[in-house]
Amino acid sequence: MIAQRRAYPVNSCCSHARRAYTGPMSDADSMTVFNRRRVRAHRDRAAAGWSGFDFLKTEVVGRLVDRLADIKRDFRIALDLGCHGGEVAQALAAVPSIAQVVATDLSPRFAAEAAQRMPGLPTVAADEEFLPFAEGSFDLVVSALSLHWVNDLPGALIQIRRALKPDGLFLGAILGGETLFELRRSLMEAEMGLMGGLSPRISPMAEVRDAGGLLQRAGFALPVVDSDMLTVSYPHAFRLIQDLRGMGETNAVLASRKAMSPSGLFTQAAERYQELYPDGDGGIEASFQVLYLAGWAPDESQQKPLRRGSAKLRLADALGTEEINPLRGGN
Amino acid sequence: MSDTAKVDPKLLEILVCPLTKGPLSYDAQRQELISQQARLAYPIRDGIPIMLVDEARSLDD
Repeated sequence: MIAQRRAYPVNSCCSHARRAYTGPMSDADSMTVFNRRRVRAHRDRAAAGWSGFDFLKTEVVGRLVDRLADIKRDFRIALDLGCHGGEVAQALAAVPSIAQVVATDLSPRFAAEAAQRMPGLPTVAADEEFLPFAEGSFDLVVSALSLHWVNDLPGALIQIRRALKPDGLFLGAILGGETLFELRRSLMEAEMGLMGGLSPRISPMAEVRDAGGLLQRAGFALPVVDSDMLTVSYPHAFRLIQDLRGMGETNAVLASRKAMSPSGLFTQAAERYQELYPDGDGGIEASFQVLYLAGWAPDESQQKPLRRGSAKLRLADALGTEEINPLRGGN
Repeated sequence: MSDTAKVDPKLLEILVCPLTKGPLSYDAQRQELISQQARLAYPIRDGIPIMLVDEARSLDD
């Protein structure tokens, strides 16, 4: 697995999210992208054979939970949101300050799987879009590779923020928009050739810029977003699809129901994939872009920017230079 | 999993109704968490509260 890391600062210019994620939770017509029942069915199915397909989750959980080591704050009670087999809960159990971990998954089977792997772990089946936790329940919420299946990500983030105590931390990892760009292109080219048109076969995912803006709009303080690209080698595209199914990550886009797969589409796409993205070893490469989100529930103790115009020093003085055109400085 | 698996009392302190965010009452006999506001009873299976509206029993049926 090859990893490239890129960090993106979150600043105020992120408010123009490219994809509209802002609709109310109940507006099924325009905002409901994913069929949550299908998401749940995919996860329920994946739970049974999870141990063969948990490599991506395990890799991401390691990277996500590592971030806690840099933070000097005690987290007493933590939530593993979208727990799959309880990988985050397991990693958090090793953090000394954490006394209690609670795990939830949309799939009751995954919740049961996590409970079985970690006896004594309090586990709940819950929908990230309708969190069943009282305000201020947790010091820490960690979610690894689940929130990219949520229709109303701003709504889910707001509910997470509310479930946190003041100065509580949210750490999330979601798949980003560059994920499986190779498969996307191969399918697109094969489908254009066969059908002269396209249907949504791979779920839409958030971009880095959107994620930062979303955290801010959900009311998180000190939001940070960065991304990793994980490249995985597969013998062929069918094996990749098999893996995605095993991970419970196959398409759950509502519109895909109407789109029938023409015969030969996947065979052609697999051939195209092989031509376009060989791994140099007879197989193919598949990329997973992982976005890491971090934000704090607001608290008085946190650092804040000073009020505008409250500066006591001139920037020019600090830089030891002269202001070139002071008249154009204000607005 | 055994039939005797009980819901963790710590969970009962923090769980609310996912629809109304209102309080829940615990029916130990039926193994359900009841939201009077939403008129729904959420089942508890093998000690795991299933807080999904799809799986809840309507109190009015």
